[in-house]
Amino acid sequence: MMPETQELPADIMELQMGPSHPATHGTIKFNLKLQGEKVLDCDVEVGFLHRGFAKSCEQATWTQVVPYTDRLNYASPLINNVGYALAVEKLIGVEAPPRCQFIRTIVSELSRIYDHLTCCGMASSELGAITVGFYMIEAREMIMRVVEALTGARLTVTYVRIGGVKHDLTHDFTESVRRVFKNVRRILDDCDRLVSRNRIFIDRMSNVGTISQETAISYSLTGPILRATGVNYDVRKAYPYLVYDQFDFEVPLGSKGDNYDRFVCRIQEIEQSMRIVEQALEKIPTGPVWIDDPRFVLPEKEKVYNSIEGLMHHFKNIMEGIQVPPGETYFAVEGGNGELGFYLVSDGGGKPYRVRVRPPCFIAMGAFHEMIKGHMVADIVPTFGMINMIGGECDR
Amino acid sequence: MAEASSNLELVQQKLGPKALETSRFRGDDILILERAELTESFRLLRDDPQLNFDFLSDITAVDYWKKKEPRFELVYQILSLRGRRRLRVRVPVPEDDAEVESLTPLWRGANFLEREIWDLFGIRFIGHPDLRRILLYEEFQGHPLRKDYPVNLWQPRVPEREVDGTFVDERSRNKLLRLKQSLGRKNEAKQKPSS
Repeated sequence: MMPETQELPADIMELQMGPSHPATHGTIKFNLKLQGEKVLDCDVEVGFLHRGFAKSCEQATWTQVVPYTDRLNYASPLINNVGYALAVEKLIGVEAPPRCQFIRTIVSELSRIYDHLTCCGMASSELGAITVGFYMIEAREMIMRVVEALTGARLTVTYVRIGGVKHDLTHDFTESVRRVFKNVRRILDDCDRLVSRNRIFIDRMSNVGTISQETAISYSLTGPILRATGVNYDVRKAYPYLVYDQFDFEVPLGSKGDNYDRFVCRIQEIEQSMRIVEQALEKIPTGPVWIDDPRFVLPEKEKVYNSIEGLMHHFKNIMEGIQVPPGETYFAVEGGNGELGFYLVSDGGGKPYRVRVRPPCFIAMGAFHEMIKGHMVADIVPTFGMINMIGGECDR
Repeated sequence: MAEASSNLELVQQKLGPKALETSRFRGDDILILERAELTESFRLLRDDPQLNFDFLSDITAVDYWKKKEPRFELVYQILSLRGRRRLRVRVPVPEDDAEVESLTPLWRGANFLEREIWDLFGIRFIGHPDLRRILLYEEFQGHPLRKDYPVNLWQPRVPEREVDGTFVDERSRNKLLRLKQSLGRKNEAKQKPSS
């Protein structure tokens, strides 16, 4: 005799996940509509970390905005610095000297490596691969030490300035980077053996959070999420800036557009970034790291104390801010999570009239409901992890 | 360079009188577009095989308060994935009628971006499926990125929202009530010595 089938209650349950949830690193709220454990709809609420970045920038001088950009994506602050500095330089119409451009390329790639390591490590440890999490955090820590030795800070670096970088590379920079990369490669090999063919990991990541090419383009997704669907769009290749056109590197592409492809894309991008840094360290020319223009660059202290011109330039640059000609510009760099764009409007004064950041992960959160619809509640964790939402950038 | 200027000429030619002005600044192509029938203009920019601006990169707005008429300007950054071309489209919007057509039928990613502009600038989007505030809370008064919004303005404190049906059973509701009561007693005890 067949047992009497028992119907489970089919009511739609509304569940609020967040804003402070251990799996959503970052303050964000999901208003879920659930049927059993299946997600029918998801309304993403962002903005818990909104602190008025754009409004603050309008009160500060052009130079004073640089530290604010550190606090956007605090997993890769150097890329934000580089993006902002390049946008202002484009608006002024100057170009940094070659050595400075190489240094900026190197630091943005180092930054990208530890952004990806943070993202992949956190995502794996949330899926139970705690070892991988710790290994990747160890690798990140090694790179972080190099960055710390160079810039003097771990997160709020403010290393890149308008018209140059704070100071030249340290004397042992090349050796320490080579040594660290050797270790990072070893760790990545270990992690690869731990997760890439691990049944549990693949089952949790593969075919979850899938998004098609057309949908990804329609949602303006960029970075590893777009490339995981197979669209070859990398700002470094499409609109080369700095000295990226001089290096030989590939853009890893996925095919399915699911979480596993995103993970693999990011891991492969780490290797490509290391290749770029190694090539850059070989090719880096000698020379100044600042543009030679006292209107935009603070003079050396010796000049400030011993000559009237130096003192005047210093006073003008600090008190009035550098004078940027009126106009508007948009400059995009490839951030850790996608196209990081700065749209700047100047009215000719010492302060920006409008600073707009195109935040890649804010836009990715706009497509989150599309990725998670029809999956389980537990699938939110890896999907959200692979977006790598950083509150500082998403909510500004 | 010659190719880039032909890009703008082509845009001008296809859009006709709707393209109010085209210019180049620091290597960027800029198009100033009329507000009327905005969706149709963007559909043309997207679907025309020669133009093919298929990717909406960003939407933002600028407030030119007391500097320019009309007051607002919407700024769209679009690009062609295949052609490797970028175009910046600026759409002037007057203050007394701050409404434009939404681009959500063309690009679904416009949803969040337009909500952000409504939130921070107070420009309405006609045909937007879900025009709510996004970075700020519903009770927030004013639109903070407008230039006439003072930077040090304080917002009134928002009363606690009513919770409806979120709690699973009566027991946790009672627990919450008890917690609130005990907290209230503690707060009263704190306030007494000072007053």
